[in-house]
Amino acid sequence: MQLSGSEIVLECLLREEVDVVFGYPGGAILPTYDTMTRYPQIRHVLVRHEQGAAHMADGYARATGKVGVCIATSGPGATNLVTGLATASMDSVPVVAITGQVPKAAIGTDAFQETDVTGVTLPITKHNYLVTDVNELPHIIREAFHIARSGRQGPVLVDIPKDIQKEMAEFVYPEDEIRLPGYIPPDAAEHDAVQEAQKLINQAERPVILAGHGVTVSGAVEELRELAERAQIPVALTLLGKGNMSEDHPLVLGMMGMHGQAACNHAIQEADLLIALGMRFDDRVTGNLKTYAQNAKKIHIDIDPSELNKNVPVDVAIPGDLHTVLNQILPGVEQSNHSEWIGRIRDWQEDSDERDILKHYNEQQLISAQVINALWQYTSGNAITVSDVGQHQMLEAQYYPHERPQTMLTSGGLGTMGFGFPAALGAKLGRPEEEVWAIVGDGGFQMTMCELGTAAQENININIAIINNNYLGMVRQWQEIFYEERYNATPMQNPDFCKLAEAFGVKAVRAEKRDEIADAVAYAQSIDGPTLIEFTVQPEEMVYPMVPTGADLHDMIRRPKPGEVSA
Amino acid sequence: MTGEKAPDPNKQTLVALVENKPGVLNRVASLFRRRGFNVDSLTVGRTHKPHISRMTIVVDTQRTNVQQIAANLFKLVNVIDVRYLSHEPHVSRDLALVKVRTEHAEAYNYVTEICERYPARIVDMGSAVAIVEVTGSEVTVEEVIDKLRPVGIVEMVRTGIVAMGRGTRIHDTQYEPAYGAITEGSGSSNGVVV
Repeated sequence: MQLSGSEIVLECLLREEVDVVFGYPGGAILPTYDTMTRYPQIRHVLVRHEQGAAHMADGYARATGKVGVCIATSGPGATNLVTGLATASMDSVPVVAITGQVPKAAIGTDAFQETDVTGVTLPITKHNYLVTDVNELPHIIREAFHIARSGRQGPVLVDIPKDIQKEMAEFVYPEDEIRLPGYIPPDAAEHDAVQEAQKLINQAERPVILAGHGVTVSGAVEELRELAERAQIPVALTLLGKGNMSEDHPLVLGMMGMHGQAACNHAIQEADLLIALGMRFDDRVTGNLKTYAQNAKKIHIDIDPSELNKNVPVDVAIPGDLHTVLNQILPGVEQSNHSEWIGRIRDWQEDSDERDILKHYNEQQLISAQVINALWQYTSGNAITVSDVGQHQMLEAQYYPHERPQTMLTSGGLGTMGFGFPAALGAKLGRPEEEVWAIVGDGGFQMTMCELGTAAQENININIAIINNNYLGMVRQWQEIFYEERYNATPMQNPDFCKLAEAFGVKAVRAEKRDEIADAVAYAQSIDGPTLIEFTVQPEEMVYPMVPTGADLHDMIRRPKPGEVSA
Repeated sequence: MTGEKAPDPNKQTLVALVENKPGVLNRVASLFRRRGFNVDSLTVGRTHKPHISRMTIVVDTQRTNVQQIAANLFKLVNVIDVRYLSHEPHVSRDLALVKVRTEHAEAYNYVTEICERYPARIVDMGSAVAIVEVTGSEVTVEEVIDKLRPVGIVEMVRTGIVAMGRGTRIHDTQYEPAYGAITEGSGSSNGVVV
């Protein structure tokens, strides 16, 4: 069958079971947009800025486990995707980006809207392609999806010159024929490594599991729970690992790291065995590497061999798929109870409970932790929450416990402000049956708030909670602690977010006092369409605990107990 | 010819088989740059198969973690295979072209004497200068260059190191591309596509 290049692209998308694409048209991608009119099975969501398209594809992928797709034109359209692709790359999210390019003959001539997009995106994609022959297009699209969704997932970009979108070629979908000899993701572990891991687990007296995003991606949630329960091993979660195991489970310690639970960090530092599953010992979770879990043996299982022994030298390094490897290890894991160890952790947890701000805050004026905890309460802890980056993000991690994987989405590795709102739109389109909340700060929201237009035009039923303190709160916190309270460039003069939303045709309500939270949330939940709540909170809050950059993980700045003087 | 000095134990040689496709050298170079990997030498050339190129990478293990380089190289989709050659008996060669002053007879005589004692030869003679080609292990090439310095080196170029395992240690791939094959005689087979 002879098809044009753009028809080949869309036929391939159908075969990859793509039901929605996020994009923005322009000259070099117009042939594909024109062909799209004959493919009504694929919903196109018109964004307001290509960064939004990349974040929406990312949010869709994180919420569904499927590949998210975004489309942009050449030059500025493609460069606007960059932040979104870098975000997806750092968090290993399967995204395929399709970009138009100037015609083949114009490449390299500084043509109108020409950018070397494969060059620009080389370090922030898992792989990328510049298509130079229409006959290769079916293979390339097939490979792009395969690479994005297998192994350590990540974004793949396909750059297609305008003339190739119009050229004709015989279309045969290469169903099974993927020949990528240089791309062989590891799967099972070697026998010796499995035995060594089992031995360390069975001998451990103070073990801790570090569960990361890889547990979710490989579908090893059940295996994680089985391992933890059988050997009674406490589980510390990375930011992106939240939801891997229900946070009301007695063995779950909550989030680790810079703003993690103190008990969790103490447990890691005192452990005699760390079992690191699908995580990468990021500097935000280890603190000072020299003093990190010094007395612990370490087992590290990750699908990316280059993550093993990168930041933290380990005793047993297993490249492999977690689901496969845990099923190899589990049969040799003995029952255990570790009651003394768990008792010590309980003492640390009780100390934290006494410091919990929600236990001794009785003012009418809102604080962020209280708003986020109320959202947890009024959504029965069952919503998909998509946070942005900053104080509210860390407080979401602390005060919105999650029960299921793929329900807590956030930009972890890159820390991309502006991610939350568009990613939430993508998540809702991927999981329409779920209640989706974008929990964002006033700073980050303004980076991508143009997508209110997208939410209104597509009538996407999400709720936006702006935690507005009229500050870039996390930067202000650093200025307070490390820069002697010189609040340079952190106070924000904000718009009236409710009026702004209404101008876009989005319903909005403001809550300023604690007894207004319930009504505001109920109002948002009652509207079939996008809704925005502006929560006005205290301007100068702090997120505790805090491990200063480079400090030891146990050396946390803590919230004082009631009656204690602040350090 | 003098006996070769022992190679530097801190130098590790990696060999990578890569697809001969546009942008592959850029991907490797970009990886080394963004991860801060220091390499002493990187060469790339085509093999007996038009769709396969071969890279020889020499790394100073005191400055860079060679396992990290290998693991990251292997992550590149276009890199088919990576091997540590230093772990096995191998032949390693560097080539230099050195242009030296030979106006004076004693200089010329000195250069010809070097060429007799080392794997070097004069490949171009002018009235004032000659080009000496030297091929050998990196250590040998360094030695010849040092010997030529007193004569007056006016220009020099080196290829970087290429290496191959000895005996039946064959480093090859059976891979045939599913599409876009470069065939012998087609335009792009005349060189490495970078």
